[in-house]
Amino acid sequence: MFGLHYRLERKSIPFILAIVGVASIGGFVEIAPLFTIHQTVEDAPKMRVYTPLEVAGRNIYMREGCYACHSQMIRTLRDDVERYGHYSLAVESKYDHPMLWGSKRTGPDLARIGGKYSDQWHVIHLDNPRAVVRQSVMPRYDWLMRTELKTSDLGLHLKALRAVGVPYTDDMIANAPVDAYGQAAPDSPVSEGVVKRYGAATNVRAFDGRPNELTEMDALVAYLQILGQLTSPGADSVAQAKERP
Amino acid sequence: MIAQLTSSERHTALAILLLLALCGLTMAGVGRDDLFGVHGALVLVAAVGGIFAVGANFYAPEPSQHRLEHYYDDPSKIGIVLSLVWVVFGLFIGDWVAWLLVNPDLTFDAGWSSFGRLRPVHTTSVIFGFGGNALIATSFYVMQRTSRARLPDQLSPLFVLFGYNLFCVLAVTGYMLGITQSREYAEPEWYADIWLTIVWIAYLVLYLRTLARRKEPHIYVSNWYYLAFILVVAMLHIVNNLAVPVSFGHAKSYSLFSGVQDAMTEWWYGHNAVAFFLTSGFLGMMYYYLPKRAGRPVFSYRLSIISFWGITFFYIWVGSHHLHYTALPQWVQTLGMTFSLMLLVPSWASASNALLTLNGAWHKVRDDATLRFMMVAAVFYGLTTFEGSFMAIRPVNSLSHFTDWTIGHVHAGALGWVAMITFGSIYASVPWLWKVKQMYSAKLVEAHFWLALAGTVVYVFAMWNSGIVQGLMWRTYNESGTLAYSFVDSLVAMHPYYIARAVGGFLFLAGAVIGCWNVWMTTRWAARVQAPEWQSESAVAAAPALQPAE
Repeated sequence: MFGLHYRLERKSIPFILAIVGVASIGGFVEIAPLFTIHQTVEDAPKMRVYTPLEVAGRNIYMREGCYACHSQMIRTLRDDVERYGHYSLAVESKYDHPMLWGSKRTGPDLARIGGKYSDQWHVIHLDNPRAVVRQSVMPRYDWLMRTELKTSDLGLHLKALRAVGVPYTDDMIANAPVDAYGQAAPDSPVSEGVVKRYGAATNVRAFDGRPNELTEMDALVAYLQILGQLTSPGADSVAQAKERP
Repeated sequence: MIAQLTSSERHTALAILLLLALCGLTMAGVGRDDLFGVHGALVLVAAVGGIFAVGANFYAPEPSQHRLEHYYDDPSKIGIVLSLVWVVFGLFIGDWVAWLLVNPDLTFDAGWSSFGRLRPVHTTSVIFGFGGNALIATSFYVMQRTSRARLPDQLSPLFVLFGYNLFCVLAVTGYMLGITQSREYAEPEWYADIWLTIVWIAYLVLYLRTLARRKEPHIYVSNWYYLAFILVVAMLHIVNNLAVPVSFGHAKSYSLFSGVQDAMTEWWYGHNAVAFFLTSGFLGMMYYYLPKRAGRPVFSYRLSIISFWGITFFYIWVGSHHLHYTALPQWVQTLGMTFSLMLLVPSWASASNALLTLNGAWHKVRDDATLRFMMVAAVFYGLTTFEGSFMAIRPVNSLSHFTDWTIGHVHAGALGWVAMITFGSIYASVPWLWKVKQMYSAKLVEAHFWLALAGTVVYVFAMWNSGIVQGLMWRTYNESGTLAYSFVDSLVAMHPYYIARAVGGFLFLAGAVIGCWNVWMTTRWAARVQAPEWQSESAVAAAPALQPAE
């Protein structure tokens, strides 16, 4: 064996081919089957896609590095489940390009934060976390309320997401900027289109409390309020997994 | 630097820079409604700066033919200086964000300065800015000595070095502006990733061209590790960053993968960035500088073969240990855990090979802080790899994951292993590169050593404590069977440890600043003692010729 190596280390090209070969095996065995084995991701036929406003909110969540301190992955451990809710299913991040499972909980897990607090709580908390949780070490995000949300290119965002596999329709793409506005302006005529395209369960509210202005705060709160709400893990998907022969 | 290039190399340099300026201009034009345009302008400014630098020496006389008789060390010198600049910047940001967790209001009322944006600035600056530049600088040095061959040309090493730093600048400024893929340790967006791919291919080609010119029949073990670092990082980088941009005028892109497949790809990348960037590359450094400085041959050739292939094969499997108890299928988690445990064998083989090499030279370890940096690095390498394998065991991970224990583990590796071996190698190579007998001040090297060691120990102990306390509080139940502590209770309990951590980080930063000053004084001292005779024929003859390294 060492004799073989003695010859191998005299030739640079065979040597680098050997490195590439040896280093490829593990990744190939672990990653490739995840795309082909059907059971890897559960079925959730009723799962809906993110609205344009939620996509924008998700992008703000990434931009501000929220994932550095908050996970979105409830593990199958008793204390995780009792603290944060039903353990996370693979299907729940099916439309997450990229996933935001996170690696650190400087703050609590957010996988099921949606609906747990009111919009107003989120707005106050993001404006100054210490106004509602005195001991919090979270940064203030007060400028979100002052920053107008850029919606003009949301159609392009949805189109790119469709290219990587999220089932957005042409109708959704064409109306993306209008829907973003409509979702945060419940009394406006354009809000009906959001419900029509994304379903009756969609939150249509003035998330930041000001229906006339569309701010980054609207988008981020809309996203936080949908976390864990795209499908109900307790009901259809788990039941289906059991039915499968 | 430019005067050392031949006139045809100056022409090529100018052509490359003009092309880069054109790219920058195009980016600035098509991306004017997006942050993409800001980065276009940045690329343009960098290219124009380069054009001025080349232009100023464009008609300088041709470099002497004597240069071909000596190694080409300018890129190594520049690389070392750049890595020192990055380390001070990166450690400063790191310590700042550490204090932000003590008092979250120690910042400005602006997006760029919030914790979430600065944290990747810290990680990228220290891993890629400091570590990457040190790896490139030392690899140029080592590949020439161990091959007894000069670099094949003078332009491509500069292209690799400056191209790589442009990538780092795009990355770090991007986070502050709000440009990120949010993939941990792979945050830069698609265009920066494409640029890095180009630079990286140039790096590989340069390495292979130098090896092709070698006068030693065997490729020395350091080069195996540097090659594994270059090749596997390329593979990881390309696959992990596959994405569809929103448009060619947008900085934003969407990852090709989603959910569970994306998580596995990201941690396949993430853990192997640790493996092939932070381990493989620095082992290459260790296998050259430690035996050289100790004046001892490597303890065992066979042990180095076993550990090299062991690390290359086992490491790539272990990424899934970041995803225990998640929605990732259990069989992948189990594979990750199993291979993490097996990985301990080649890791400890490397660490013991390094420490046994010091047999017969322990008196030097006692007297010479530079060698002691390297010895302590090997010890921390052994400790950290043991800890890593331990934390990959599923039940242990159920406690440690998501807590500060992970942060402590990472810093035991990053400060104790990566930074220590790098500082040791820098202190060894600065006098060799600048042609002086020793560093400006051995006492300051000693001071740096103790500050670095104290900082690392304080940091790691603080995070072990906070991590384990946090993990235990999260899973403690009352007698009535309900959770005993709220999340906020655990946060409050962290406060003293966060202060200790920030103090430890400050000590480490102080050491690095002293190191920079020492290197700066050494180069000034070198310029003073050598400038007059350096131009004379005798001095050129005395300069290091193409000699074997071992």
